[in-house]
Amino acid sequence: MREKNKRHVTLLILALTILGLFLANRFLDPYKVRVINLSGIYVTLGLSMNLINGMTGMFSLGHAGFMAVGAYTVGILTMPITMKEMNFFMQPIVPFLANVEWGFLPALIAAGLISALLGVLIGAPVLRLTDDYLAIATLGFAEIIRVVFTNTQSLTNGALGLKGIPNYTNTWWSWGVALVTIWFISYLMRGTYGKAFLAVREDEVAARAMGINLFKHKVMSFAFGCFFAGVAGGLMAGLLGTIDPNMFRITLTFNILLIVVLGGLGKIGGTIIAAVIVTAGMETLRFLDESMDLGFVQIKGIPGMRMVVFSIILIVAVILREKGLLRRPKGREFTYVKN
Amino acid sequence: MNSPMLKIENLVMRFGGVVACNDFTAEIKEGQIVGLIGPNGAGKTTIFNVVTGVYKPTAGQILFSPNGIEQHQLTGLSPDKIAKLGVCRTFQNIRLFGELTVLENVFIGNHLRVKSDVFSTVLRLPHYVAEEKRLYEKSLYLLEKIGLQDTKDEKASSLPYGMQRRLEIARALATDPRLLLLDEPAAGMNPQETRELIEFIREIKDEFDLTIFLIEHHMEVIMEISEKIYVLDHGVLIAQGNPSEIQRNEKVVEAYLGVG
Repeated sequence: MREKNKRHVTLLILALTILGLFLANRFLDPYKVRVINLSGIYVTLGLSMNLINGMTGMFSLGHAGFMAVGAYTVGILTMPITMKEMNFFMQPIVPFLANVEWGFLPALIAAGLISALLGVLIGAPVLRLTDDYLAIATLGFAEIIRVVFTNTQSLTNGALGLKGIPNYTNTWWSWGVALVTIWFISYLMRGTYGKAFLAVREDEVAARAMGINLFKHKVMSFAFGCFFAGVAGGLMAGLLGTIDPNMFRITLTFNILLIVVLGGLGKIGGTIIAAVIVTAGMETLRFLDESMDLGFVQIKGIPGMRMVVFSIILIVAVILREKGLLRRPKGREFTYVKN
Repeated sequence: MNSPMLKIENLVMRFGGVVACNDFTAEIKEGQIVGLIGPNGAGKTTIFNVVTGVYKPTAGQILFSPNGIEQHQLTGLSPDKIAKLGVCRTFQNIRLFGELTVLENVFIGNHLRVKSDVFSTVLRLPHYVAEEKRLYEKSLYLLEKIGLQDTKDEKASSLPYGMQRRLEIARALATDPRLLLLDEPAAGMNPQETRELIEFIREIKDEFDLTIFLIEHHMEVIMEISEKIYVLDHGVLIAQGNPSEIQRNEKVVEAYLGVG
């Protein structure tokens, strides 16, 4: 009976999302649609980071690096052949990529898989570290990716970046992927592997004593997180149409971390809401950067003012709600698909 | 003749210059309850940590035989592999998954026996759903066994101390152990709770066909349920025997009360 009700709630939310997206595409201006797109991408990013940091308890700051890998994969794979020739004028693109032009879906999947593979390769040595050491190692890794991408001229076009990536990303793609991510992570966390991730977070010694192979589970969780980070990076490439290595700086990772912390570590519902609020908030607070006329005083526009205001909101939010926006109901995770 | 379930031979564990355990030899037969006692700092928990793979011993070997036929060398194996072979433990300073629910704590104990891969858990394929249902029922049964079925959705860290200890035992039982190591299960319990614990240990031993190795400071617990006792002092085995022999042993009395 209860199981059935939950299924109904899930279907209802799904239907409302589809209806909402349909209406948004129909009636909203392109700028607002773009914000909706970004929100969807940030939901995916927030959840993938929450899986690694919040649910498995690994303090990783490498997200921007994995996004870059995904974004470049999609960029290179989907770009039309003639466009590639125009882009790579300094040095021609490596021959085996010169004549590929994939559809968006296979490119996104490839982005996720390459990112996940890289996650496994990086994770194998790095995930033996804990806490701040892991954070520094992953942060360094993200920087390495950025520097490598800046210097591999014939593969990524270096600092010039890629221009003219087809704008495949629309609200259906961004929110479709977000829904798949929500579904995947909810169901993952419901099963025994997800519970084992939580156990690793709670107490590594006890988790091992209960027969949980720490290394295997950490790498698994990390790879899943990287997969979705890569896919989200690919969506970002398809949304912006232009990417360059400097987009994927540490600040990008911190934006996602902000969503995760605001939403609550380990919480799925909170992350979704925080992703939407943060993305939409960043845009709506834009008026703070412009000059304001309050009648008696004229305030000159200070670029970056919205970041100050946003930080204050964040500090207040964290003080008032240290466990995230949504408080956990009696010892349970808030997920709309729960056991 | 069947080989003993656990055979510890000439175990040495050094931490730098400190010898936590020196030349310890012990044997536990299938179905026995064996006690390990000694004053504080004698090296009891160190022995548990070595047996469960937390520490790698400096010298010596540990042989585990789950069914009396095959023998596994436990030294050098990681804790999770040892748990998979059927050796599980509880901790002296309770180590529950505090933020998770009581039921989840026990359920996680089952994870090492899960045969489905991670993708079938996400896709909820029929064989996994069936497996999960069985494991949930098993977990609920274990909770009922320790009398915590009504608090199954509470946070584990919100439980009173005595219940947390029992929950740790239930979590260990969920791993289907052959040999259960209990590290001071009666610590901090009042006489009434201690009595219940003794009954409980006997009950699970019979029901789950266990062999039990326990560390305990409550002498009434040790003397009542152990068939054999090893006494450790400063990392050295000073006595072994059945409870009445131990009570009469002069060295043991000395170790506990000092030389008069």
